[in-house]
Amino acid sequence: MSEPQVDLSPKTWDRITTTTCYMCACRCGIKVYLKDGRVRYIEGNRDHPVNKGVLCAKGAAGIMQHRSPARLSEPLLRVGPRGSGTFRAIAWEEALLTATQWLGDVRSRDPRKLAFFTGRDQSQALTGWWASQFGTPNYAAHGGFCSVNMAAAGLYTLGGSFWEFGEPDWRYAKYFLLFGVAEDHASNPIKTGLGRLKARGAKIVSINPVRTGYSAIADEWIGIRPGTDGLLVGALIHELLKAGQVDLDYLARYTNASWLVIMDEGAADHGLIARFEGAPLVLDRRNGRPGLAADPQVRPALHGEASLPDGRRAVPVFRLLVERYLSPDASPDAVAGRCGVAAATIRRLAAELADTAFRQAIELDIPWRDVHGRRHAKMVGRPVAMHAMRGISAHSNGFHTCRAIHVLQLILGTIDVPGGFRYKPPFPKAPPPAVKPAGRPDEIAPMTPLPGPPLGFVTEPRDLLVDRDGRPCRIDKAYSWEAPFAAHGLMHTVIGNAARGDPYPIDVLFLYMANMSWNSAMNVSSTIADLTALQPDGTYKIPKIIYSDAYCSEMVAYADLVLPDTTYLERWDCISLLDRPISEADGPADAIRQPVVEPDRDVRPFQDVLLDLGHRLGLPGMATAQGGPRYPGGYADYIVHHERAPGIGPLAGFRGRDGSQAGKGEANPEQLERYIENGCHWYRELPAHMRYYRFANRDYLDWSVQFGFNAKADAIVMQLYCEPLQRFRLAAQGHGDVKPPAEHRPRIERYFDPLPIWYPPFEEDAVDSAAYPLHAVTQRPMAMYHSWGSQNAWLRQIIGRNWLYMSDVKAKELGLESGDWVRVDSSHGRIVVEIRTMSGVNPDTVWTWNAIGKRSGAWNLAKDAPESRQGFLLNHLIAELLPQRDGGFRYANCDPVTGQAAWYDLRVRVEKVPPEMMSLPQFASLDLPPGTGPRPVVLDGRP
Amino acid sequence: MHPAYSVIIFSTLSGAGYGLLALGALAGAAHGPASSFAFGALVMAIGLGLITAGLLASTFHLGHPERAWRAVSQWRSSWLSREGVTALATYVPALVFGWLWLDPQSSPIAIRIAGLALAAMCALTVICTAMIYASLATIRQWRHPIVVPVYLVMALATGAAILLAIAVPFGRGAVVLGVIAIMALLAAMALKLWYWRAIDREPRVLSIAMATGLSEPVRQWEPAHTARNFVMREMGYRVGRRHARRLRRLVLALFGLAGLLALPALLAGSGVAASLAAAGSAAAALTGALIERWLFFAEAEHVSSLYYGAVGA
Amino acid sequence: MTSLPDSSAPGQVKLGLVIDLDTCVGCQACAVACKEWNTQGYHAPLTDQDPYGADPVGVWLNRVHAYETGEGAAARTVHFPRSCLHCEDAACVTVCPTGASYKRQSDGIVLVNPDTCIGCKLCSWACPYGAREYDYGEGVMKKCTLCIDRIYNQHLEAEDRQPACVRACPTGARHFGDLGDRDSAVSRLVSERGGYDLLPELGYRPVNKYLPLRQRDGAPPTAAAAGDLQPLGDGDGSLLDSFFAWVDRALGA
Ligand SMILES: Nc1nc2c(c(=O)[nH]1)N[C@H]1C(S)=C(S)[C@@H](COP(=O)(O)OP(=O)(O)OC[C@H]3O[C@@H](n4cnc5c(=O)[nH]c(N)nc54)[C@H](O)[C@@H]3O)O[C@H]1N2
Ligand SMILES: Nc1nc2c(c(=O)[nH]1)N[C@H]1C(S)=C(S)[C@@H](COP(=O)(O)OP(=O)(O)OC[C@H]3O[C@@H](n4cnc5c(=O)[nH]c(N)nc54)[C@H](O)[C@@H]3O)O[C@H]1N2
Ligand code: SF4
Ligand code: SF4
Ligand code: SF4
Ligand code: SF4
Ligand code: SF4
Ligand SMILES: [Mo]
Repeated sequence: MSEPQVDLSPKTWDRITTTTCYMCACRCGIKVYLKDGRVRYIEGNRDHPVNKGVLCAKGAAGIMQHRSPARLSEPLLRVGPRGSGTFRAIAWEEALLTATQWLGDVRSRDPRKLAFFTGRDQSQALTGWWASQFGTPNYAAHGGFCSVNMAAAGLYTLGGSFWEFGEPDWRYAKYFLLFGVAEDHASNPIKTGLGRLKARGAKIVSINPVRTGYSAIADEWIGIRPGTDGLLVGALIHELLKAGQVDLDYLARYTNASWLVIMDEGAADHGLIARFEGAPLVLDRRNGRPGLAADPQVRPALHGEASLPDGRRAVPVFRLLVERYLSPDASPDAVAGRCGVAAATIRRLAAELADTAFRQAIELDIPWRDVHGRRHAKMVGRPVAMHAMRGISAHSNGFHTCRAIHVLQLILGTIDVPGGFRYKPPFPKAPPPAVKPAGRPDEIAPMTPLPGPPLGFVTEPRDLLVDRDGRPCRIDKAYSWEAPFAAHGLMHTVIGNAARGDPYPIDVLFLYMANMSWNSAMNVSSTIADLTALQPDGTYKIPKIIYSDAYCSEMVAYADLVLPDTTYLERWDCISLLDRPISEADGPADAIRQPVVEPDRDVRPFQDVLLDLGHRLGLPGMATAQGGPRYPGGYADYIVHHERAPGIGPLAGFRGRDGSQAGKGEANPEQLERYIENGCHWYRELPAHMRYYRFANRDYLDWSVQFGFNAKADAIVMQLYCEPLQRFRLAAQGHGDVKPPAEHRPRIERYFDPLPIWYPPFEEDAVDSAAYPLHAVTQRPMAMYHSWGSQNAWLRQIIGRNWLYMSDVKAKELGLESGDWVRVDSSHGRIVVEIRTMSGVNPDTVWTWNAIGKRSGAWNLAKDAPESRQGFLLNHLIAELLPQRDGGFRYANCDPVTGQAAWYDLRVRVEKVPPEMMSLPQFASLDLPPGTGPRPVVLDGRP
Repeated sequence: MHPAYSVIIFSTLSGAGYGLLALGALAGAAHGPASSFAFGALVMAIGLGLITAGLLASTFHLGHPERAWRAVSQWRSSWLSREGVTALATYVPALVFGWLWLDPQSSPIAIRIAGLALAAMCALTVICTAMIYASLATIRQWRHPIVVPVYLVMALATGAAILLAIAVPFGRGAVVLGVIAIMALLAAMALKLWYWRAIDREPRVLSIAMATGLSEPVRQWEPAHTARNFVMREMGYRVGRRHARRLRRLVLALFGLAGLLALPALLAGSGVAASLAAAGSAAAALTGALIERWLFFAEAEHVSSLYYGAVGA
Repeated sequence: MTSLPDSSAPGQVKLGLVIDLDTCVGCQACAVACKEWNTQGYHAPLTDQDPYGADPVGVWLNRVHAYETGEGAAARTVHFPRSCLHCEDAACVTVCPTGASYKRQSDGIVLVNPDTCIGCKLCSWACPYGAREYDYGEGVMKKCTLCIDRIYNQHLEAEDRQPACVRACPTGARHFGDLGDRDSAVSRLVSERGGYDLLPELGYRPVNKYLPLRQRDGAPPTAAAAGDLQPLGDGDGSLLDSFFAWVDRALGA
């Protein structure tokens, strides 16, 4: 009997086309296999700079997202009470007329009354521009509740940042320090990079209370106590300084270590940088007198003291830094207890860092020129790379902790050098980038665009968006004294503030791609209450809510008008350098999404709808003089023809009439075709001599100006000492014309320290640690993306419910074991859930997977689905406001500098309860909106 | 292992059937033609009925019963295939024997040859069934030298009890059959006790650490998927110790009862009371056998369950 | 076709996977890529029962488990992908009554013929590794095919002719090749890293190999060896003085 004949070369497709994945924000290139116009298979695109062919679990499950029975299929108008989920399906024309009328009213009376906020938005270049053309300052994307601490700390310090704006030098790093990362945005690149480090035998150290995923394969796991990284990093700096393991040349050349700080207690410019005609001064070691920092002849001192022309004292930044970090309370022994990391371990880590950075330094034979025209024969590398994300940023001390990590990298000389942390173009930019937020009272008028973008970087109190009495101008209080450096806004405060009418009531809340009534809400039930809160006259406190979603998420039920979007395989998108770039460290890149299948429902791409609304509202740039649509071809038309500045548009590739230019160039009508020919992406690899030291790399900086990344080709001096912080502190001390109201002064004075500080996370400080002894945090599950993965038939089998994980040791102490049910109390809320125990978790910490818990009935899952029956969110425990301070004032639960949501400050108590069938709280089941379902009972993959 | 009812019913019924046919065949081999047509016909009918019912039941276990015929093709390597072959083959001597046995004119020699052949085929089939389990390296409780004898004796005991129940009303051979039934039942009880003690004594030699090659101690941290799957359903089945103990005692009790109910027959030889008792004895024996078979599955621990977090196998 | 190829025959090709437990982060990419490819694949797709309900049950040919191993400082979390190991002594093949389960002579891949499988499940009982999953929807047994419809597929670009799971794996923890050939990349990897068999004591002689966790005790390529850092200066004078004195020396006055 012979073997059966197997068809070794089946062809299950008739067409393969490329586009960009959007199962998460990593934005990998994919190849989509189609048969008879139906999606059959999705694989990673090997030619794509981001993922180079690999594909993650979410990406591979794209088909199930595209076919999800939870997809919305027509515009909806609410008929029942908000939250009841009773809708009437309406035609697009009615939907657009309604929206136009609601928004038109607002714009003609008071544009601020529109709050437009977006979640997983990947077209922020469009949505932000739309908001400013509309004339409302009340715009932001999700960054405020995500990781603005990373962005701000990085951009104010390095002119680049962690998050996805830079990456470790996977090629040359020998030692990799990973702070608080479970997954991150660069999902695939980080995994690929870790694989490369492994293959090279580099050492990976993961600092994380939980030992899973990346931490599981780390050579060393440091199970730190949440919120204490600032102390750990300080102790490392202490050890390195103490032993003189510092790259002095690097500091002197490329950072503001040598800049002179005015020492004049009580003066209006105390603690500011001493300048001559705006140019920073240093102490010249040749003659002991102040000289210009920018003068290559000058040999700057890193300590000592200068007397300024006006006779006042000034000392180099580095001296202040060293004084702070050499103090005994920064020593390993002083912090070990608090961090839960042995002093000996901290010392060893410091030794390993120093050894790798200095004794294992690498040199690439790549000649390059610095800004002063000095030629360097080699590129010296300090092969210590670091990366950090939300374990650092999601704390109320995250901004300073992240700054401390940058200082650690700077004293080791590892920023943008071989083996270190590398910028991704368009970064580096001036720290901080020279964009100021628009939206001061005098900048807002009916029917008038803002003079600038709603988001930017403040450097002095005058830049804040506050009225004459120092009250916030924005609904989310970004750029107010409550969150001065809120570079990404504070999306998490919008609904609460709007319902409270604090600082003022709004008329229309316009949300896009954000599940704000569920997993992106701090304190879900109060958010739901705010969304449904009534005025005495029976009308809603938030009068109108417009929402665009593609699926029947928890948020849909709370919208008055639902604009159903396409799935990511059904639309044009643009992954732009003006937005969140997908560049490689070796060069700039951008990409597009193209529709690979036609929608089979009455849905429209949100960006088309937004441009259509813009035209109907007559927004400048979206309507022609004659009142016609400026972009009749919709978003695709906009992508090709929109110019932000002369020659600069959403896409950098294939510009110019003939598509021969990159960066700057005339619009190219064939641009999208060229992108498609090129696999839907564009990537320009920089020549070797422009790939490192870019903050001071003559050729790179010149090129960056031609290309349109930077306005000037000046050196980018990295800021150990963050002068803007000091400017705010001075204001709090009563200097300058824009001062904080009295109640905010102590806070500004304390937290606006120009050098990194550490303070206990606010909640830990506020609540009784004995009553709430445990930290509670979440992690990203690699196979799920926030709330939207659970509707996916494949992914939900992998993780269809969650448990609360705690350490064996702690469980024993509390008389608990795996499978027990517990009541988890925070100072603010309560949940009842099932636990699992493990060894790989800090004993003072409990954790769970993020956003697995679902509300019954949402996402077109069975009402008794495990996601809603056993699954749960920690969000119910997280307060949106900090406990009352004296004067009854309550700050948002945020970082005081940036306004970043402090998700991981949470403290809880855990007690055993009798076994339950269901996790608590449970919410009333949501009904399916019209046009969703039916739910298949069997999937057999057959088309 | 998940106790699949189709398989349990199949192996108990067909076991009893082969036991019954084998004894009938031996009786024939010893005494020549059936004492009465009715008696012989009843024995053959019930015997063939039981094995046929069993075989049919077994096909409910299949995803594609209509392809069942393919199962006889791999007799060279597969015990399941061999079982199929012998089961089918057994019909031949069975029919020949039956035809001869029921015919008072047939020559005793012919009956003896056919009878011995049939008895041998019955034993062979039961051995094949047992070997399906006894040959699996993946299940300690099955890969055990006593498993084959157990299957044989169980078949004999249940078969004998049934034959007794048929014989008594006819007032024939009750004494001999009674003795055989009681002996077989006692043997079955003894073997099962021995078997259970053996599998209880045997330590669980395999651990998650061995299954994964990781260093002790190893435990499942998170399931591969939170959703269930075939392997968890089929191999992950574990019965509670106390529950199992209770059922074991029940099995012994039922076999004991079956033995006791066989006594009246042995003593009285015939009569209504003895007949009823014998019928009861058969019923008790079959019920006991069904529970024994259920336990045989439920107590079996499959190696693959280690990957799903079972502490040992 | 239940007779097994003679694994000792010279030049016998033994295609299989090598999985690096020291690199796997448990991302599940391989599991889903496998599900995706084999669901759209050339025959009997992998079905999912009650996919949006309370108790979904689906067929997966590759599952990624997670274990904790070791104690104290040696404790580790390990992500552990598990699929068919294409054993040389594959009892799952020999027990099959129909011959639907077979091991290919040419490359040792163990397959199920979905057209002749009767769904008796005996092969899954015979597999110690839980690598076979019965498809309640199709009524036949499913298992890893080693992507036989990819690795030889003329319609795929040469570099794509590898298993979907290997192709997808972001960390490069999965390797595919001929373990029968001593000099193949995978064989060398196995000998360098001490790749091992699962449950060798059962005698199934798996072709797939697992690469063990690298030893961690003080092994960091960099200097735990270097010992703690020595503070500057002769000790007298404050830390600050000795530090700045060093700065002057370092910068050269
Ligand atoms: N698969 C998948 N990928 C995603 C997402 C997703 O939902 N799914 N979401 C995307 C989004 S929006 C974001 S913002 C990124 C976030 O990606 P990550 O930055 O990885 O964010 P988290 O998953 O919250 O991981 C935070 C990590 O920090 C640890 N941690 C908590 N507190 C501390 C602390 O005080 N110190 C230290 N050192 N560690 C701490 C936690 O244990 C956890 O491992 O992921 C993006 N990528
Ligand atoms: N406890 C806790 N809470 C957290 C976090 C945490 O770590 N712990 N992380 C926080 C962070 S960092 C973030 S970024 C937020 C993320 O929270 P969200 O920004 O709310 O992200 P999602 O939950 O993915 O919700 C996105 C919404 O967009 C919809 N959507 C999906 N695809 C499309 C599409 O193509 N078009 C349209 N119009 N809509 C679409 C989805 O259906 C979903 O309703 O969660 C925050 N919440
Ligand atoms: S990481 Fe995964 S989900 Fe995110 S874009 Fe890449 S492939 Fe898609
Ligand atoms: S894809 Fe690779 S890293 Fe991810 S689980 Fe599979 S083997 Fe591990
Ligand atoms: S792993 Fe299991 S299914 Fe695969 S060959 Fe080995 S025994 Fe057969
Ligand atoms: S299930 Fe199919 S492949 Fe497995 S043994 Fe039975 S017939 Fe053979
Ligand atoms: S080789 Fe193919 S079938 Fe086997 S596990 Fe990998 S992807 Fe699945
Ligand atoms: Mo985020």
